[in-house]
Amino acid sequence: MRTLFIQAAYISASVLFILGLRSLTRPDKARRGMQQAALGMILAIAGTLVNHQILDYKWIGIGMGVGIVLGYPLGMWVPMTAMPQRIALALSFSALAATLVGVAEYHTGVHLPEGISHAKAAALGFEVLLGSLTVAGSMVAAGKLQEWLPSKPMTFPGQNLMNGALFAFILGLFVFLVMQPSSQAVFYTMVALAAVFGVLFVMPIGGADMPVVVALLNSYAGLAACATGFAIHNQVLIIAGALDGASGFILSILMSKAMNRSFSNVLFGAFGSESSQAATRKAGDLQVRSINVEDAAIQLAYAQLVIVVPGYGMAVAQAQHQVRELAELIERRGGEVKYAIHPVAGRMPGHMNVLLAEANIPYDKLYDMDEINNEFERTDVVMVIGANDVVNPAARTDKASPIYGMPILDADRARSIIVLKRSMAAGFAGIENELFYDRKTSMLFGDAKTSLSALITEMKNV
Amino acid sequence: MIILELYVFVLAAFTGFMVISRVPPLLHTPLMAATNAISGISLVGSLIMAGAQHSRLATLLGFIAVVCATTNIVGGFLIVDRMLKMFQRADKRAPAQDDRRDGDGRRATDPE
Repeated sequence: MRTLFIQAAYISASVLFILGLRSLTRPDKARRGMQQAALGMILAIAGTLVNHQILDYKWIGIGMGVGIVLGYPLGMWVPMTAMPQRIALALSFSALAATLVGVAEYHTGVHLPEGISHAKAAALGFEVLLGSLTVAGSMVAAGKLQEWLPSKPMTFPGQNLMNGALFAFILGLFVFLVMQPSSQAVFYTMVALAAVFGVLFVMPIGGADMPVVVALLNSYAGLAACATGFAIHNQVLIIAGALDGASGFILSILMSKAMNRSFSNVLFGAFGSESSQAATRKAGDLQVRSINVEDAAIQLAYAQLVIVVPGYGMAVAQAQHQVRELAELIERRGGEVKYAIHPVAGRMPGHMNVLLAEANIPYDKLYDMDEINNEFERTDVVMVIGANDVVNPAARTDKASPIYGMPILDADRARSIIVLKRSMAAGFAGIENELFYDRKTSMLFGDAKTSLSALITEMKNV
Repeated sequence: MIILELYVFVLAAFTGFMVISRVPPLLHTPLMAATNAISGISLVGSLIMAGAQHSRLATLLGFIAVVCATTNIVGGFLIVDRMLKMFQRADKRAPAQDDRRDGDGRRATDPE
């Protein structure tokens, strides 16, 4: 009877998880669906709590209590602008849980008279290897996103060679462990080295490539949970872990595609460190035209169609609310405002959409790259706010450019372009942007939020 | 047993691919938060480890794992809900607009 209840709870949970993820294909249905997934989670927990293996509830109660106290602020109080590092931190938590269960399971099994079977050693080894790698990697990623660690790629000569050798060694330990499940030293060395590898793996990856890495770590965290399921023979863990793994994998492929770079190039290329000299030379002989707030406001006030291209700079300046205010003013004067979102704008998949939605901008005004690219030609003003590489025409024309071939937003085809930017510093990729030197382009220098507030005041007077 | 589990894994991964590849880029951030909350399911393993009294070390590790997984579940589902609330249709959102602007608007404009 009890087993029946547990299995029923697990099956319902699995179904609710899948339905919840399916609901994410429809923005207006999504909230309801995810609430049902949360119900599924409660069912799965309830089912587990009646498991006959549990003899003592003291630590479970305290642990869940602490978790709720920690989880509530992480869910309710973290601002949307901090979402990338929040997600990276959550990934390291979920991987840590899987790793610790794996270590505890191994520690328990190895002291039993019958020992650990080869199959179980494989599952546990896989679990702690991926888990430990993900814990360390996500911590570094979160540190980079929070800017506690430098977000530039950190490289040294022979890095890829060393990482490759380390990874091969870890794999060797794994194979040895599967053949000799009782060798504890090998198991714990593998856990430690996997963590070291996690750090070395994420260190050389720069800020703008973070969407790919975060998605990939998401996939690893899922696979670690999945391996836990194999180790303790629990189907709901396998299912949920597989869903998570699939999701992270799809996202990381989509992100690399959006940058026209292979997976391995993102992970081992340390983008923007060496290849950047080629394109910088042009800067000297070109002139930028800067514009003052009054003129920019007049341009916007008389525009029929304005397209806003947001980038990471908007997130840093936390300017999304000012963007909405300005857009409302333009709309009140009869203009139309649309938003063009590049898939890799920002620091994680969908970063810009969340920020703009937070500022109450209706999501039907947010357009993907493919939907909006042929509208630029009939656009009066494109406002580029803190974006750079995603509007760099060199991606279409300059074969020597490191971003050549990356699909971009065709902002340069608009009638005029206003770029809000802090300074003339090159973008993340470290390459000059020809768009800024275009005759149609004017630069409005300064912090995006300050500039936008000034524009809002000025618009009211036009 | 292992064969059966592999079946489950393959079918679940396949279902995941079919379902998730249809999620629009608009909702990619909520998707990541959601899959993360769901992967908090490793709480299931942690609970058993924390309560099974295998050894003191196993209980301790299980306890920490319970804390981590619960944090992820609670924080994860709350944050997904917060995000998806912002993506609801404009007409549904209108009445709640004022109090939202108070809460989130102020925080976003405060200097950190």
